Amino acid sequence: MTFALLIEWLIKGFVLVLVLLGGFAYLTLYERKALARIQVRIGPNRAGPWGILQPIADAIKLIFKEELIPAKADKLLFILAPVVTLVPALVITAVVPWGSEIMMFGRVITLYIADINVGVLYIMSVASIAVYGVVLAGWSSNNKYAMMGGLRSSAQMISYEMSLGLAFISAIMLAGSMRMLDIVEAQRTLWFVLLQPVGTAIFLIATLAEVNRPPFDMPEAEQELTAGYHVEYSGMKFALLFMAEYDKMIAISAIGATLFFGGFRGPFVDTYPWLGPIYMLLKLVILLFGMIWVRATFPRIRYDRLMAFGWKVMLPLSLAIVFITAAGILLAEQVNPLLIWTVPALSLLAGVFTIAMIDRELRRKEYARA
Amino acid sequence: MLLEYTAIAAFIIVTAAIGFIAIGLGMLFGPKKSTDKKAMPYESGMNPIGPGTRRMPVHFYLIAVLFILFDIEVVFLLPYAIAFRQLGLFGLIEMLIFIVILLVGYFYAWKKGALEWE
Repeated sequence: MTFALLIEWLIKGFVLVLVLLGGFAYLTLYERKALARIQVRIGPNRAGPWGILQPIADAIKLIFKEELIPAKADKLLFILAPVVTLVPALVITAVVPWGSEIMMFGRVITLYIADINVGVLYIMSVASIAVYGVVLAGWSSNNKYAMMGGLRSSAQMISYEMSLGLAFISAIMLAGSMRMLDIVEAQRTLWFVLLQPVGTAIFLIATLAEVNRPPFDMPEAEQELTAGYHVEYSGMKFALLFMAEYDKMIAISAIGATLFFGGFRGPFVDTYPWLGPIYMLLKLVILLFGMIWVRATFPRIRYDRLMAFGWKVMLPLSLAIVFITAAGILLAEQVNPLLIWTVPALSLLAGVFTIAMIDRELRRKEYARA
Repeated sequence: MLLEYTAIAAFIIVTAAIGFIAIGLGMLFGPKKSTDKKAMPYESGMNPIGPGTRRMPVHFYLIAVLFILFDIEVVFLLPYAIAFRQLGLFGLIEMLIFIVILLVGYFYAWKKGALEWE
Protein backbone atom coordinates (compact mmCIF):
# COMPACT_ATOMS: atom_id res chain seq x y z
CA MET A 1 0.00 0.00 0.00
CA THR A 2 1.48 3.27 -1.09
CA PHE A 3 0.63 6.78 -0.03
CA ALA A 4 -0.66 7.58 -3.53
CA LEU A 5 -3.08 4.65 -3.31
CA LEU A 6 -4.46 5.91 -0.01
CA ILE A 7 -4.99 9.38 -1.50
CA GLU A 8 -6.71 7.78 -4.49
CA TRP A 9 -9.11 5.86 -2.23
CA LEU A 10 -9.95 8.92 -0.20
CA ILE A 11 -10.58 11.01 -3.32
CA LYS A 12 -12.66 8.25 -4.91
CA GLY A 13 -14.66 7.79 -1.72
CA PHE A 14 -15.19 11.53 -1.44
CA VAL A 15 -16.29 11.82 -5.08
CA LEU A 16 -18.70 8.90 -4.69
CA VAL A 17 -20.17 10.44 -1.53
CA LEU A 18 -20.58 13.77 -3.32
CA VAL A 19 -22.24 12.03 -6.27
CA LEU A 20 -24.61 10.23 -3.91
CA LEU A 21 -25.44 13.40 -1.99
CA GLY A 22 -26.01 15.32 -5.22
CA GLY A 23 -28.04 12.37 -6.44
CA PHE A 24 -30.12 12.52 -3.25
CA ALA A 25 -30.76 16.24 -3.71
CA TYR A 26 -31.85 15.87 -7.29
CA LEU A 27 -33.76 12.66 -6.61
CA THR A 28 -36.04 14.63 -4.28
CA LEU A 29 -36.62 17.17 -7.06
CA TYR A 30 -37.08 14.38 -9.61
CA GLU A 31 -39.63 12.69 -7.38
CA ARG A 32 -41.56 15.91 -6.72
CA LYS A 33 -41.57 16.80 -10.41
CA ALA A 34 -42.61 13.31 -11.51
CA LEU A 35 -45.34 13.05 -8.85
CA ALA A 36 -46.60 16.50 -9.83
CA ARG A 37 -46.77 15.56 -13.49
CA ILE A 38 -48.61 12.34 -12.70
CA GLN A 39 -51.12 14.33 -10.64
CA VAL A 40 -51.44 17.02 -13.38
CA ARG A 41 -49.58 19.69 -11.38
CA ILE A 42 -46.42 21.57 -12.27
CA GLY A 43 -44.31 20.89 -9.18
CA PRO A 44 -41.53 23.09 -7.81
CA ASN A 45 -40.74 25.83 -10.35
CA ARG A 46 -39.85 28.93 -8.32
CA ALA A 47 -36.22 28.42 -7.26
CA GLY A 48 -34.20 28.78 -10.45
CA PRO A 49 -35.26 27.71 -13.93
CA TRP A 50 -37.58 24.64 -13.73
CA GLY A 51 -36.97 24.62 -9.99
CA ILE A 52 -33.46 23.19 -10.30
CA LEU A 53 -32.22 25.20 -7.30
CA GLN A 54 -35.03 23.85 -5.06
CA PRO A 55 -32.87 21.12 -3.36
CA ILE A 56 -30.23 23.72 -2.46
CA ALA A 57 -32.88 26.02 -1.01
CA ASP A 58 -34.24 23.09 1.03
CA ALA A 59 -30.77 22.23 2.33
CA ILE A 60 -30.03 25.81 3.40
CA LYS A 61 -33.41 26.05 5.11
CA LEU A 62 -32.76 22.83 7.05
CA ILE A 63 -29.28 23.99 8.18
CA PHE A 64 -30.78 27.11 9.79
CA LYS A 65 -33.65 25.28 11.52
CA GLU A 66 -33.76 24.81 15.27
CA GLU A 67 -32.91 21.29 16.39
CA LEU A 68 -35.04 19.95 19.20
CA ILE A 69 -34.05 17.08 21.45
CA PRO A 70 -36.98 15.73 23.49
CA ALA A 71 -36.51 16.07 27.24
CA LYS A 72 -36.49 12.36 28.08
CA ALA A 73 -34.70 11.19 24.93
CA ASP A 74 -31.49 9.15 25.09
CA LYS A 75 -29.30 12.05 23.91
CA LEU A 76 -26.29 10.11 22.64
CA LEU A 77 -28.28 7.56 20.66
CA PHE A 78 -30.64 10.28 19.45
CA ILE A 79 -27.76 12.20 17.89
CA LEU A 80 -25.96 9.06 16.71
CA ALA A 81 -28.97 7.39 15.05
CA PRO A 82 -29.01 9.56 11.88
CA VAL A 83 -25.32 8.85 11.28
CA VAL A 84 -25.85 5.13 11.93
CA THR A 85 -28.63 5.21 9.33
CA LEU A 86 -26.66 7.20 6.78
CA VAL A 87 -23.36 5.30 6.84
CA PRO A 88 -24.69 1.88 5.65
CA ALA A 89 -26.84 3.59 3.01
CA LEU A 90 -23.71 5.13 1.50
CA VAL A 91 -21.23 2.35 2.25
CA ILE A 92 -23.35 -0.27 0.47
CA THR A 93 -22.41 1.34 -2.85
CA ALA A 94 -18.70 0.61 -2.33
CA VAL A 95 -18.84 -2.66 -4.28
CA VAL A 96 -21.13 -1.46 -7.08
CA PRO A 97 -19.07 -1.04 -10.26
CA TRP A 98 -19.87 2.12 -12.20
CA GLY A 99 -17.58 1.08 -15.04
CA SER A 100 -14.47 -1.03 -15.56
CA GLU A 101 -11.42 1.24 -15.48
CA ILE A 102 -10.36 4.47 -17.15
CA MET A 103 -7.04 6.24 -17.62
CA MET A 104 -6.84 9.54 -15.79
CA PHE A 105 -3.84 11.66 -14.69
CA GLY A 106 -1.50 8.93 -15.96
CA ARG A 107 -2.98 6.35 -13.58
CA VAL A 108 -5.44 3.54 -14.14
CA ILE A 109 -8.48 4.49 -12.07
CA THR A 110 -11.02 1.76 -11.32
CA LEU A 111 -14.60 2.97 -11.24
CA TYR A 112 -15.48 1.20 -8.01
CA ILE A 113 -14.24 1.52 -4.45
CA ALA A 114 -13.54 -2.15 -3.82
CA ASP A 115 -13.65 -5.32 -5.88
CA ILE A 116 -14.16 -8.05 -3.29
CA ASN A 117 -14.96 -11.64 -4.21
CA VAL A 118 -17.96 -11.77 -1.84
CA GLY A 119 -19.59 -8.60 -3.16
CA VAL A 120 -23.17 -9.83 -2.88
CA LEU A 121 -22.58 -11.10 0.66
CA TYR A 122 -21.19 -7.68 1.55
CA ILE A 123 -24.33 -6.02 0.19
CA MET A 124 -26.58 -8.34 2.18
CA SER A 125 -24.71 -7.76 5.43
CA VAL A 126 -24.54 -3.97 5.08
CA ALA A 127 -28.24 -3.88 4.16
CA SER A 128 -28.98 -5.69 7.43
CA ILE A 129 -27.03 -3.10 9.44
CA ALA A 130 -29.30 -0.39 8.02
CA VAL A 131 -32.10 -1.67 10.28
CA TYR A 132 -30.21 -0.56 13.40
CA GLY A 133 -30.35 3.16 12.65
CA VAL A 134 -34.11 3.11 12.17
CA VAL A 135 -34.73 1.10 15.35
CA LEU A 136 -32.37 3.29 17.40
CA ALA A 137 -33.98 6.47 16.06
CA GLY A 138 -37.39 5.16 17.03
CA TRP A 139 -36.37 3.89 20.45
CA SER A 140 -34.23 6.83 21.59
CA SER A 141 -36.91 9.43 20.85
CA ASN A 142 -39.03 8.42 23.87
CA ASN A 143 -42.16 8.79 21.77
CA LYS A 144 -44.85 6.13 21.30
CA TYR A 145 -45.30 6.78 17.61
CA ALA A 146 -41.59 6.83 16.93
CA MET A 147 -41.14 3.53 18.75
CA MET A 148 -44.03 1.88 16.92
CA GLY A 149 -42.56 3.10 13.65
CA GLY A 150 -39.15 1.68 14.55
CA LEU A 151 -40.65 -1.67 15.57
CA ARG A 152 -42.78 -1.98 12.47
CA SER A 153 -39.86 -1.01 10.34
CA SER A 154 -37.54 -3.61 11.85
CA ALA A 155 -40.11 -6.41 11.49
CA GLN A 156 -40.88 -5.40 7.92
CA MET A 157 -37.26 -5.08 6.87
CA ILE A 158 -36.20 -8.43 8.28
CA SER A 159 -39.25 -10.13 6.77
CA TYR A 160 -38.49 -8.93 3.26
CA GLU A 161 -34.76 -9.40 3.66
CA MET A 162 -35.10 -13.16 3.15
CA SER A 163 -36.88 -12.76 -0.18
CA LEU A 164 -34.28 -10.19 -1.15
CA GLY A 165 -31.46 -12.59 -0.22
CA LEU A 166 -33.05 -15.41 -2.22
CA ALA A 167 -33.45 -13.10 -5.23
CA PHE A 168 -29.73 -12.30 -4.89
CA ILE A 169 -29.02 -16.03 -4.82
CA SER A 170 -30.83 -16.59 -8.12
CA ALA A 171 -28.57 -13.95 -9.70
CA ILE A 172 -25.46 -15.50 -8.09
CA MET A 173 -26.43 -18.91 -9.49
CA LEU A 174 -26.81 -17.54 -13.01
CA ALA A 175 -23.44 -15.79 -12.82
CA GLY A 176 -21.62 -18.49 -10.83
CA SER A 177 -19.83 -15.86 -8.72
CA MET A 178 -20.48 -13.39 -5.92
CA ARG A 179 -18.10 -10.82 -7.38
CA MET A 180 -20.01 -7.87 -8.82
CA LEU A 181 -17.70 -7.51 -11.84
CA ASP A 182 -18.17 -11.21 -12.70
CA ILE A 183 -21.94 -10.81 -12.47
CA VAL A 184 -21.80 -7.86 -14.86
CA GLU A 185 -19.47 -9.80 -17.15
CA ALA A 186 -21.85 -12.80 -17.18
CA GLN A 187 -24.58 -10.52 -18.55
CA ARG A 188 -22.53 -9.58 -21.61
CA THR A 189 -24.88 -11.36 -23.99
CA LEU A 190 -28.09 -11.65 -21.99
CA TRP A 191 -29.41 -9.66 -19.04
CA PHE A 192 -30.52 -11.76 -16.09
CA VAL A 193 -33.92 -10.07 -16.14
CA LEU A 194 -34.68 -12.15 -19.23
CA LEU A 195 -33.41 -15.38 -17.67
CA GLN A 196 -35.03 -14.81 -14.30
CA PRO A 197 -37.97 -12.38 -14.69
CA VAL A 198 -39.75 -13.54 -11.54
CA GLY A 199 -36.55 -13.22 -9.49
CA THR A 200 -36.24 -9.65 -10.74
CA ALA A 201 -39.86 -8.93 -9.80
CA ILE A 202 -39.26 -10.35 -6.30
CA PHE A 203 -36.14 -8.19 -6.00
CA LEU A 204 -38.01 -5.04 -7.04
CA ILE A 205 -40.93 -5.67 -4.64
CA ALA A 206 -38.64 -6.59 -1.72
CA THR A 207 -36.53 -3.48 -2.24
CA LEU A 208 -39.65 -1.31 -1.96
CA ALA A 209 -40.25 -2.87 1.47
CA GLU A 210 -36.58 -2.71 2.38
CA VAL A 211 -36.27 1.05 1.80
CA ASN A 212 -39.74 1.76 3.28
CA ARG A 213 -41.14 3.18 0.07
CA PRO A 214 -44.85 3.33 -0.67
CA PRO A 215 -46.91 1.15 -0.85
CA PHE A 216 -44.86 -0.44 1.98
CA ASP A 217 -44.16 2.78 3.92
CA MET A 218 -45.82 1.52 7.10
CA PRO A 219 -43.01 2.77 9.42
CA GLU A 220 -43.79 6.33 8.39
CA ALA A 221 -47.53 6.13 7.79
CA GLU A 222 -48.39 9.82 8.23
CA GLN A 223 -52.02 9.27 9.07
CA GLU A 224 -51.54 6.82 11.93
CA LEU A 225 -47.98 7.33 13.23
CA THR A 226 -47.62 11.05 12.34
CA ALA A 227 -44.21 10.33 10.79
CA GLY A 228 -42.98 7.11 12.37
CA TYR A 229 -39.42 6.78 13.59
CA HIS A 230 -38.32 10.32 12.67
CA VAL A 231 -41.23 12.19 14.25
CA GLU A 232 -38.97 13.88 16.83
CA TYR A 233 -36.19 14.79 14.42
CA SER A 234 -35.78 18.27 13.02
CA GLY A 235 -33.21 20.31 11.15
CA MET A 236 -30.07 18.62 9.87
CA LYS A 237 -30.70 15.39 11.81
CA PHE A 238 -33.98 14.99 9.95
CA ALA A 239 -32.16 15.84 6.72
CA LEU A 240 -29.70 13.00 7.40
CA LEU A 241 -32.49 10.47 7.95
CA PHE A 242 -34.19 11.69 4.79
CA MET A 243 -30.90 11.54 2.93
CA ALA A 244 -30.30 7.97 4.11
CA GLU A 245 -33.70 6.95 2.82
CA TYR A 246 -33.16 8.41 -0.64
CA ASP A 247 -29.57 7.21 -0.86
CA LYS A 248 -30.86 3.73 -0.03
CA MET A 249 -33.19 4.08 -3.01
CA ILE A 250 -30.28 5.05 -5.25
CA ALA A 251 -28.03 2.32 -3.87
CA ILE A 252 -30.60 -0.44 -4.17
CA SER A 253 -31.48 0.66 -7.71
CA ALA A 254 -27.79 0.57 -8.59
CA ILE A 255 -27.55 -2.94 -7.15
CA GLY A 256 -30.65 -4.01 -9.07
CA ALA A 257 -29.23 -2.56 -12.27
CA THR A 258 -25.97 -4.44 -11.66
CA LEU A 259 -27.53 -7.79 -10.77
CA PHE A 260 -30.36 -8.00 -13.29
CA PHE A 261 -30.08 -5.24 -15.90
CA GLY A 262 -26.53 -5.66 -17.15
CA GLY A 263 -24.82 -3.12 -14.86
CA PHE A 264 -22.59 -0.69 -16.71
CA ARG A 265 -22.69 -2.78 -19.88
CA GLY A 266 -24.14 -1.35 -23.05
CA PRO A 267 -23.15 -0.79 -26.67
CA PHE A 268 -19.53 0.35 -27.23
CA VAL A 269 -18.64 0.23 -23.54
CA ASP A 270 -15.60 -1.96 -24.28
CA THR A 271 -14.00 0.63 -26.56
CA TYR A 272 -15.09 3.70 -24.58
CA PRO A 273 -14.96 2.79 -20.86
CA TRP A 274 -16.29 6.20 -19.78
CA LEU A 275 -19.68 5.21 -21.23
CA GLY A 276 -20.11 2.85 -18.27
CA PRO A 277 -21.21 5.47 -15.71
CA ILE A 278 -23.56 7.00 -18.31
CA TYR A 279 -25.33 3.68 -18.95
CA MET A 280 -25.50 3.11 -15.20
CA LEU A 281 -27.06 6.54 -14.71
CA LEU A 282 -29.65 5.90 -17.44
CA LYS A 283 -30.63 2.58 -15.85
CA LEU A 284 -30.82 4.26 -12.44
CA VAL A 285 -33.12 7.00 -13.73
CA ILE A 286 -35.45 4.40 -15.23
CA LEU A 287 -35.50 2.18 -12.13
CA LEU A 288 -36.04 5.19 -9.83
CA PHE A 289 -38.90 6.34 -12.03
CA GLY A 290 -40.46 2.93 -11.46
CA MET A 291 -40.29 3.48 -7.67
CA ILE A 292 -41.84 6.96 -7.97
CA TRP A 293 -44.53 5.67 -10.30
CA VAL A 294 -45.46 2.95 -7.80
CA ARG A 295 -45.74 5.60 -5.09
CA ALA A 296 -48.08 7.68 -7.24
CA THR A 297 -50.24 4.70 -8.16
CA PHE A 298 -50.74 2.36 -5.21
CA PRO A 299 -52.33 3.11 -1.83
CA ARG A 300 -50.48 2.01 1.31
CA ILE A 301 -51.34 -1.57 2.27
CA ARG A 302 -52.39 -2.71 5.73
CA TYR A 303 -49.66 -3.94 8.08
CA ASP A 304 -51.04 -7.46 8.58
CA ARG A 305 -51.36 -7.85 4.81
CA LEU A 306 -47.86 -6.54 4.34
CA MET A 307 -46.43 -9.16 6.70
CA ALA A 308 -48.66 -11.89 5.28
CA PHE A 309 -47.50 -11.01 1.77
CA GLY A 310 -43.86 -11.15 2.84
CA TRP A 311 -44.11 -14.45 4.71
CA LYS A 312 -46.80 -16.37 2.87
CA VAL A 313 -46.24 -15.27 -0.74
CA MET A 314 -42.75 -13.88 -1.26
CA LEU A 315 -40.83 -16.43 0.80
CA PRO A 316 -42.22 -19.66 -0.76
CA LEU A 317 -42.13 -18.13 -4.23
CA SER A 318 -38.51 -17.03 -3.91
CA LEU A 319 -37.51 -20.47 -2.55
CA ALA A 320 -39.18 -22.06 -5.57
CA ILE A 321 -37.36 -19.61 -7.85
CA VAL A 322 -33.98 -20.55 -6.40
CA PHE A 323 -34.71 -24.24 -6.87
CA ILE A 324 -35.95 -23.73 -10.45
CA THR A 325 -32.83 -21.71 -11.28
CA ALA A 326 -30.51 -24.39 -9.92
CA ALA A 327 -32.35 -27.21 -11.73
CA GLY A 328 -32.53 -25.27 -15.01
CA ILE A 329 -28.84 -24.41 -15.04
CA LEU A 330 -27.87 -28.01 -14.26
CA LEU A 331 -30.10 -29.23 -17.12
CA ALA A 332 -28.53 -26.71 -19.49
CA GLU A 333 -24.99 -27.66 -18.51
CA GLN A 334 -25.40 -31.41 -18.62
CA VAL A 335 -27.98 -31.99 -21.40
CA ASN A 336 -28.39 -29.11 -23.83
CA PRO A 337 -27.50 -25.38 -23.50
CA LEU A 338 -30.88 -24.42 -24.96
CA LEU A 339 -32.57 -25.88 -21.88
CA ILE A 340 -31.52 -22.70 -20.00
CA TRP A 341 -34.86 -21.31 -21.20
CA THR A 342 -36.65 -23.69 -18.85
CA VAL A 343 -35.59 -21.25 -16.08
CA PRO A 344 -37.70 -18.28 -17.25
CA ALA A 345 -40.51 -20.58 -18.42
CA LEU A 346 -40.86 -22.45 -15.13
CA SER A 347 -40.33 -19.25 -13.12
CA LEU A 348 -43.13 -17.49 -14.97
CA LEU A 349 -45.30 -20.54 -14.41
CA ALA A 350 -44.58 -20.36 -10.67
CA GLY A 351 -45.31 -16.62 -10.70
CA VAL A 352 -48.63 -17.07 -12.49
CA PHE A 353 -49.56 -19.90 -10.11
CA THR A 354 -48.82 -17.63 -7.12
CA ILE A 355 -50.95 -14.82 -8.52
CA ALA A 356 -53.78 -17.29 -9.16
CA MET A 357 -53.55 -18.54 -5.56
CA ILE A 358 -53.70 -14.96 -4.20
CA ASP A 359 -56.68 -14.24 -6.43
CA ARG A 360 -58.46 -17.39 -5.23
CA GLU A 361 -57.79 -16.50 -1.58
CA LEU A 362 -59.08 -12.96 -2.04
CA ARG A 363 -62.22 -14.22 -3.80
CA ARG A 364 -62.85 -16.67 -0.97
CA LYS A 365 -62.55 -13.87 1.60
CA GLU A 366 -64.90 -11.71 -0.49
CA TYR A 367 -67.39 -14.58 -0.63
CA ALA A 368 -67.14 -15.20 3.13
CA ARG A 369 -67.83 -11.54 3.82
CA ALA A 370 -70.81 -11.27 1.45
CA MET B 1 -7.48 -8.87 -0.99
CA LEU B 2 -6.94 -7.07 2.30
CA LEU B 3 -6.25 -3.92 0.29
CA GLU B 4 -9.84 -3.89 -0.96
CA TYR B 5 -11.17 -4.00 2.59
CA THR B 6 -8.87 -1.15 3.56
CA ALA B 7 -10.46 0.83 0.72
CA ILE B 8 -13.88 0.10 2.22
CA ALA B 9 -12.63 1.20 5.65
CA ALA B 10 -11.43 4.48 4.14
CA PHE B 11 -14.84 4.89 2.54
CA ILE B 12 -16.61 4.28 5.86
CA ILE B 13 -14.47 6.98 7.48
CA VAL B 14 -15.34 9.45 4.70
CA THR B 15 -19.09 8.76 5.00
CA ALA B 16 -19.11 8.98 8.80
CA ALA B 17 -17.19 12.26 8.58
CA ILE B 18 -19.80 13.65 6.18
CA GLY B 19 -22.56 12.62 8.58
CA PHE B 20 -20.94 14.25 11.61
CA ILE B 21 -20.10 17.40 9.63
CA ALA B 22 -23.73 17.73 8.57
CA ILE B 23 -24.95 17.36 12.17
CA GLY B 24 -22.29 19.83 13.32
CA LEU B 25 -23.43 22.37 10.73
CA GLY B 26 -26.98 22.12 11.98
CA MET B 27 -25.87 22.55 15.59
CA LEU B 28 -23.68 25.51 14.65
CA PHE B 29 -26.21 27.53 12.66
CA GLY B 30 -29.56 26.52 14.16
CA PRO B 31 -31.15 28.65 16.90
CA LYS B 32 -31.15 27.08 20.37
CA LYS B 33 -34.17 28.24 22.31
CA SER B 34 -35.57 25.10 23.84
CA THR B 35 -38.59 25.41 26.13
CA ASP B 36 -40.48 22.81 28.15
CA LYS B 37 -43.29 22.78 25.60
CA LYS B 38 -40.86 22.26 22.73
CA ALA B 39 -39.08 19.40 24.51
CA MET B 40 -42.34 17.50 25.07
CA PRO B 41 -42.88 14.34 23.01
CA TYR B 42 -44.76 15.26 19.85
CA GLU B 43 -48.17 13.66 19.64
CA SER B 44 -49.95 15.94 17.19
CA GLY B 45 -50.51 18.62 19.84
CA MET B 46 -52.01 16.38 22.53
CA ASN B 47 -50.41 16.08 25.95
CA PRO B 48 -48.69 12.69 25.94
CA ILE B 49 -50.28 9.99 28.11
CA GLY B 50 -48.07 7.35 29.70
CA PRO B 51 -44.40 6.60 29.05
CA GLY B 52 -42.83 6.92 25.61
CA THR B 53 -41.10 3.56 25.52
CA ARG B 54 -43.45 0.80 26.52
CA ARG B 55 -43.54 -2.96 26.27
CA MET B 56 -43.69 -4.18 22.71
CA PRO B 57 -46.09 -6.85 21.44
CA VAL B 58 -44.62 -10.35 21.70
CA HIS B 59 -45.39 -10.97 18.04
CA PHE B 60 -42.36 -8.95 16.99
CA TYR B 61 -40.12 -11.38 18.90
CA LEU B 62 -41.76 -14.30 17.14
CA ILE B 63 -41.09 -12.72 13.75
CA ALA B 64 -37.47 -12.13 14.77
CA VAL B 65 -37.00 -15.78 15.78
CA LEU B 66 -38.57 -17.02 12.54
CA PHE B 67 -36.35 -14.60 10.66
CA ILE B 68 -33.24 -16.12 12.21
CA LEU B 69 -34.41 -19.58 11.15
CA PHE B 70 -34.97 -18.64 7.51
CA ASP B 71 -32.06 -16.25 7.21
CA ILE B 72 -29.77 -19.11 8.23
CA GLU B 73 -31.33 -21.02 5.38
CA VAL B 74 -30.41 -18.20 2.99
CA VAL B 75 -26.89 -18.22 4.39
CA PHE B 76 -26.59 -21.96 3.79
CA LEU B 77 -27.86 -21.52 0.25
CA LEU B 78 -25.09 -19.01 -0.56
CA PRO B 79 -22.17 -21.49 -0.71
CA TYR B 80 -24.41 -23.91 -2.55
CA ALA B 81 -25.17 -21.21 -5.14
CA ILE B 82 -21.45 -20.94 -5.86
CA ALA B 83 -20.65 -24.66 -5.88
CA PHE B 84 -23.79 -26.23 -7.37
CA ARG B 85 -22.27 -26.63 -10.84
CA GLN B 86 -19.66 -29.00 -9.40
CA LEU B 87 -22.09 -30.79 -7.10
CA GLY B 88 -24.51 -31.67 -9.91
CA LEU B 89 -27.62 -33.76 -9.38
CA PHE B 90 -26.48 -35.02 -5.97
CA GLY B 91 -26.23 -31.46 -4.66
CA LEU B 92 -29.61 -30.54 -6.11
CA ILE B 93 -31.35 -33.44 -4.34
CA GLU B 94 -29.53 -32.68 -1.13
CA MET B 95 -30.60 -29.05 -1.26
CA LEU B 96 -34.16 -30.16 -1.96
CA ILE B 97 -34.11 -32.30 1.20
CA PHE B 98 -32.71 -29.37 3.18
CA ILE B 99 -35.43 -27.01 1.93
CA VAL B 100 -38.16 -29.58 2.59
CA ILE B 101 -37.02 -30.02 6.20
CA LEU B 102 -37.23 -26.25 6.68
CA LEU B 103 -40.58 -26.10 4.91
CA VAL B 104 -42.00 -28.55 7.46
CA GLY B 105 -41.15 -26.03 10.18
CA TYR B 106 -42.50 -23.23 8.02
CA PHE B 107 -45.90 -24.87 7.56
CA TYR B 108 -46.00 -25.75 11.26
CA ALA B 109 -45.46 -22.06 12.11
CA TRP B 110 -48.08 -21.09 9.54
CA LYS B 111 -50.72 -23.51 10.89
CA LYS B 112 -49.92 -22.49 14.47
CA GLY B 113 -50.84 -18.94 13.46
CA ALA B 114 -47.37 -17.45 13.95
CA LEU B 115 -47.73 -15.55 10.68
CA GLU B 116 -51.13 -14.04 11.49
CA TRP B 117 -51.48 -10.51 12.83
CA GLU B 118 -54.44 -9.55 14.96
